[in-house]
Amino acid sequence: MKLEFERYGKGLAKGMTLTFRHVFRRPITTQYPEQRLIPSRRFRGYELIWYKNRCTGCGTCAKSCLQGNIEIVTSKGTENNYVVEKFEVDTGRCIFCGLCVEACPYEALFMGKAYERASYRRGQLVLSKEQLELSAERQPSGYARPKVEALLPKQTLLLERPRRRWGWH
Amino acid sequence: MLWPLDNYWAHFGVFTVIVLGFFLIGVMAFTYVERRGFGPFQLRLGPNRAGPFGVLQPVADAIKVLLKEDIVPARADKWVHWLASVIVLLPVLLILAVIPFHKGHGLIPDLNIGILYVVAVSALGVMGIFMAGWASNNKYSLIAAMRVVATMVSYEIPLVLSIIGVVLISGSLSLNDIVEGHTIPFFLLTPLGFLVFLLSAMAEINRGPFDLLEADSELVAGFHTEYSGMKFALFYLAEYGHALAMSAIAATLFFRGWVGPGSEYIGVLWFLVKMLFIFILLIWMRVTFPRLRIDQLMGFAWKCLFPLALINLLIVGVEVVAWEAPWWIIFVNFAVAGGLILLWSRFFKLGGGRVEVRV
Amino acid sequence: MELRTEPFVLNMGPQHPSTHGVFRMRVTFDGEVVVDMEPIFGYLHRGIEKLAETRTYTQVIPLTDRLDYLASMTNNHAYVLAVEKLAGIPVPERAEYLRVIMDELMRISSHLMAVGFFLNDLGCSVYTPLLYMYREREKILDLFEMVCGQRLTYNYMRIGGVSHDIPEEFMPALKKFVAEMPSFIDEYDQLLAENEILLARTKGVGILPRELAINASASGPVLRASGIKWDIRKKDPYSVYERFDFEIPTGKVGDTYDRYRVRIQEMRQSAHILEQAIEQLPSGEVQSKMPHLLHPPVGEAYGHIEAPRGELGFYLVSDNSIAPYRCHIRAPTLINLTALRDMVIGWKLADAIIIFGSIDIILGEVDR
Repeated sequence: MKLEFERYGKGLAKGMTLTFRHVFRRPITTQYPEQRLIPSRRFRGYELIWYKNRCTGCGTCAKSCLQGNIEIVTSKGTENNYVVEKFEVDTGRCIFCGLCVEACPYEALFMGKAYERASYRRGQLVLSKEQLELSAERQPSGYARPKVEALLPKQTLLLERPRRRWGWH
Repeated sequence: MLWPLDNYWAHFGVFTVIVLGFFLIGVMAFTYVERRGFGPFQLRLGPNRAGPFGVLQPVADAIKVLLKEDIVPARADKWVHWLASVIVLLPVLLILAVIPFHKGHGLIPDLNIGILYVVAVSALGVMGIFMAGWASNNKYSLIAAMRVVATMVSYEIPLVLSIIGVVLISGSLSLNDIVEGHTIPFFLLTPLGFLVFLLSAMAEINRGPFDLLEADSELVAGFHTEYSGMKFALFYLAEYGHALAMSAIAATLFFRGWVGPGSEYIGVLWFLVKMLFIFILLIWMRVTFPRLRIDQLMGFAWKCLFPLALINLLIVGVEVVAWEAPWWIIFVNFAVAGGLILLWSRFFKLGGGRVEVRV
Repeated sequence: MELRTEPFVLNMGPQHPSTHGVFRMRVTFDGEVVVDMEPIFGYLHRGIEKLAETRTYTQVIPLTDRLDYLASMTNNHAYVLAVEKLAGIPVPERAEYLRVIMDELMRISSHLMAVGFFLNDLGCSVYTPLLYMYREREKILDLFEMVCGQRLTYNYMRIGGVSHDIPEEFMPALKKFVAEMPSFIDEYDQLLAENEILLARTKGVGILPRELAINASASGPVLRASGIKWDIRKKDPYSVYERFDFEIPTGKVGDTYDRYRVRIQEMRQSAHILEQAIEQLPSGEVQSKMPHLLHPPVGEAYGHIEAPRGELGFYLVSDNSIAPYRCHIRAPTLINLTALRDMVIGWKLADAIIIFGSIDIILGEVDR
């Protein structure tokens, strides 16, 4: 009679050896404020950037927003164009879907690269046209804008992190 | 022997301070080791922000817990609610009082019924947890309290039986004599006893794969759901203190306590190293395994650990009486342990446990 | 003197560490045994079906992201499939292949989450298996971020194709991921497939019999674990699934262990499909030409796909205007939940939690 033995703790031992082997692998933590990962080139960050000299006030972005976050008030200008008097985006309500950026026919609206845009008051999240402009801290990302995308650095991927352990902190 | 000045009061005063200090610092060190220890097993770093290498993390936890508001539920039994948190801490301190840190030194040096006292006192913890669960006026805590009474009482028996195996070989109940009794550490002489002791101790301290009393995926926090502030701190201290005490007992009984190569004066250091080793075993088992269900837990205690402990006792007894426990029983014991584990695995039941309910 | 017992009601409320969201169960216990169970949901209702009636067809796509928020690509796909059926819009081949690639990556990611949280409920209370799953899921989310810029709510598919073409670093990264995936699943099997505690807790627990599964219209891994070979990718193929060669894993008994194994094997099959899709990917454009505002003809259409959790379907009624007249969403987990009561009665508290975890619900879908 052949005695068959199974489930005598072999599975438990295999589990324990696996967790033990993980001790010798490099941890995949990034220490946040000191080390940051580079987000993707098409990152739909938490901000919108508006180019004053390209916007014509056509309102395509406002029509394509599914929540109606963009408010545009224009007045008639002197050279058969519109002068944009008010371009306000409620970034507190915005879901950052990017439909407005894709819709703009003059490439005047961009998504931003930053994700640290929290504020203490809800009212401060409604951005007027001066706050939406391009500046040193507000740089555009390449979402739906291939020319900007080609100039940005490549994203850091977890796949490319080395596996050996050093730098035990 | 009474250490400084040979005076009763001086000895107890100094050692009370030492034991309390050891307890508090030991618990803080254990929580630190546990949280940093989980890190490498899970490919992450543990907490490393509070202080250099996160050493002040337990201090930060202590301050946080002290500053919290102490909430007692409206219809809870106030005195029992308060008393439970105290009673849970009691057995831990009582056990730490008798452990020999060094040759013949301890708060109560060389108690002649050492291990019997330890076993008796550790049963008090059950009452504290049950009181906590009952007095909280919360169904989750009540379920946890019921589970406690069942499991902690059932796991006392394999615990005691595995300890008796060690006592038989060394011939005395006193912890000092157990440490110095045999030159070979007992985990080699009674491997099955060591295994049973480790598993029962894990169940007694509600940790690892046996932690369904505070299973936070089922009963939000089990018996300490309704506790906050200092009372929760006492439960937290008691849980890690109990782990500390059990590691200390295991190091004393099975690994020869403070004995180690080197001069006699660094015995305390060897003791701490062995305690830490056992604690890392506990952490390793907690990290890897899921939890057992209540009826499987009871089945494991009564159908698996209890008979194994009894058979271990029988074999050790035969060896002590017939051959006075020489060194070659190591191989016999390992073979017996392996054979018994393989044999008992045939009783392993999968799943099941469905009760027919008339809807 | 006789022992008097009475059952008590425990409310595993909307806030609970393991109800996977704001889900409430009023369970009646007799000791530790479940005698009766009443699910109460609706805590996350956001009115997506009503909101869809006042948004144009393209503007509904970000709304559908938020249904099953852990598997957004498949939601988008089901919706645009329904609209394309309604309006008869062709889709270029490259777009179809990209949709398949995204769907299968999404399936792997969603099953990783499902299995990880299932094991968390089982009691690995310091999240070890969950963190291993999360490491692989991070790699998938990095790939998605590369393509469309977001990691959770993608808004990637459009009516008539997909919104962006893949960047050039996507393919090497995807190939590397697909090559490493089977060894990760093997490692995972080493951790848990033979683990005695897992077997003791899940084998034979929470059996969903075949007839009940069919009568309750269950779908997805829950149905396949009960032994029924039903997968919409084979029975009613959409997109380009006929060109791939893959198997449908089924279970034998229908207990929680089988549901866990079916998900693990589906991950392996998804990796296989991904290898074939990478080889066969043609070049071309990624979105067919469409008017700015779509006016589909009057009629109705039902588009359904095999989402990771079951059969996700969108029923659209149009009256030739720019917004759908009615959009109804057939959420797979809501329908799977109807069988929960029969699965749970007779088991203990601990089992009730893991049976519930093995169905793998997402409240965003259940409540819409």
